[in-house]
Amino acid sequence: MLARSPQAALQRLFDEVGSVDQVGIEERVAKYGTRSIKKGAKIWGLKTAVSMVDLTTLEGKDTPGKVASLCQKALQPHDAELGVPQVAAVCVYPAMVKHARKALGSDTAVRIASVATAFPSGQAPLKTRLAEVKAAVADGADEIDMVINRGAFLAGEFGEVQDEIAAVVTACGDATLKVILEVSELETYDNIRAASFLAMRVIRPGDFIKTSTGKTSLNATLGNNQVMLEAIRDFYLDTGIPIAMKPAGGIRTAKQALTFLVAVKETLGDAWLNNNRYRFGASSLLNDLVRQLEKEKTGAYQAPYYFSEAAESY
Amino acid sequence: MPRLPITKTPKVYVGGAFIRSESARVFPLKDASGEFFANIPQCTRKDLRNAVEAAAKAGPGWAKRTAYNRGQILYRLGEMIEARAGEMADAITLGGATPAAAAREVAATVDRLIYYAGWTDKYEQVLGNVNPVAAPYFNFTVTEPMGIIGVIAPDASPLLALISLIAPAITSGNTVVALASTTQPYPAIVLGEMLATSDLPGGVVNLLTGFRKEMISTFATHTHLRAISAVVNAEERKALALGAADSVKRTHLLKAEEKHDWFADTAQSVYAIRDTLEFKTTWHPVGA
Repeated sequence: MLARSPQAALQRLFDEVGSVDQVGIEERVAKYGTRSIKKGAKIWGLKTAVSMVDLTTLEGKDTPGKVASLCQKALQPHDAELGVPQVAAVCVYPAMVKHARKALGSDTAVRIASVATAFPSGQAPLKTRLAEVKAAVADGADEIDMVINRGAFLAGEFGEVQDEIAAVVTACGDATLKVILEVSELETYDNIRAASFLAMRVIRPGDFIKTSTGKTSLNATLGNNQVMLEAIRDFYLDTGIPIAMKPAGGIRTAKQALTFLVAVKETLGDAWLNNNRYRFGASSLLNDLVRQLEKEKTGAYQAPYYFSEAAESY
Repeated sequence: MPRLPITKTPKVYVGGAFIRSESARVFPLKDASGEFFANIPQCTRKDLRNAVEAAAKAGPGWAKRTAYNRGQILYRLGEMIEARAGEMADAITLGGATPAAAAREVAATVDRLIYYAGWTDKYEQVLGNVNPVAAPYFNFTVTEPMGIIGVIAPDASPLLALISLIAPAITSGNTVVALASTTQPYPAIVLGEMLATSDLPGGVVNLLTGFRKEMISTFATHTHLRAISAVVNAEERKALALGAADSVKRTHLLKAEEKHDWFADTAQSVYAIRDTLEFKTTWHPVGA
């Protein structure tokens, strides 16, 4: 009976994919913040980060109007003279996909990503989740962000987790898939690495693994980002299949974003420093990136209220 | 057995925490007799930027406090300085002031805080207004704090002048980023320790030490600073005026070349509170 317990199943998977040195990972990521990034590299990094943003609104109070203004911001984040690129995508709920498509038009480089599969919990029948994916794709979504079945994962039912991901891959058709592991619910780095491998084995080249939904207390950190980057590296060295990565939630400042890019550069190299291979899922990050670009241009530190809709006078 | 002396590492008070400069630089401070006294943090424009972020974070909460509560807290700060008046006087004598003069400066500083503590729930009566209009409307003018205020303190009366510039700004709910005297920074270091034990929320007053020439242009151009109260020389006035014009901020610049009597009654006024207020006028229909 022991062999069928969740612990035994996890152990077999760890033996297969290797485990994570937690102290080593945390010591390594603590050093990323110490890199000295000077003017030219900083401007390049900020602009690259802008081009990697999945500009996100995932709230119960989202309206077609709010999504339309988000799309405008995605198309032109700031004055044209600052030379800020467009963001990679907007990320919305399935019901908002058609409104986003209307606002962006069909002839645009900005992609539409939609969370689906009963985001954020994933606790709905598979049939419903697949129908949601198909509906979002039919409405014009270019990318689907799915959540894995954490309940099944923690119960050791890896076959079920993988079968579900594979079913979503099929349902996606041509749309790119991003598999949200929801790292805060996986509890350990070993689990994050194991879940990354489970997902990578069934998704297609160019599909993403993603840290979190942004709906739990703990989101993307440098630590779990690093664990997933190293999983991608090891998987790539093993199979030659490049998998893309998207940290999401909790990345709010330009400085954080640059540190994440340092992690990408030093773990996966230049091939991953573009928005086909790396994204930031964020809502307020774009404001700070543009604010820092304006600072680099003018030399003057900028007040945040010039770059966001926040009415706060401070 | 002789005991090893335990010397204090001076740190600046920013965002409710005691920090070193992000640059890790310090400059030596000598006492009145020319002996080395301590290494003082040599803050940079990045420290100023971080202090502004801290002030921005503290601002909304401070401005939302009731006027009465802000008065209580300013009074409490006065109490904290009064209770440690001897220590503060010692800090001032480092710069060459006699013990009697230093004690007088500390007493005047406490009195100044009590003065502004009294004004917190009264300035609105003096500066706000109900305006007469020729239509059936009430027309009110009410005040609002501006936001984050930059302060650059002079070398003379290093404590009293610093507080005289800070206190009227925070009375109305502004937050402050202040650069202390370069030649006499130590009273500001000690003041930070007293701020930390008062009830003033962290980030409402942020104190920096260091060299003016390294920070003046950032004070001038930082768009998040809404006003500057400073005692500065002609060259610095020019830099501040130019930067302030670009970033649309208000300036209250006293000339460093002139002598200012910070002890005088004229050094405290409700109009100093007005200097960092915005006025808002509202129309409201008169009910039947």
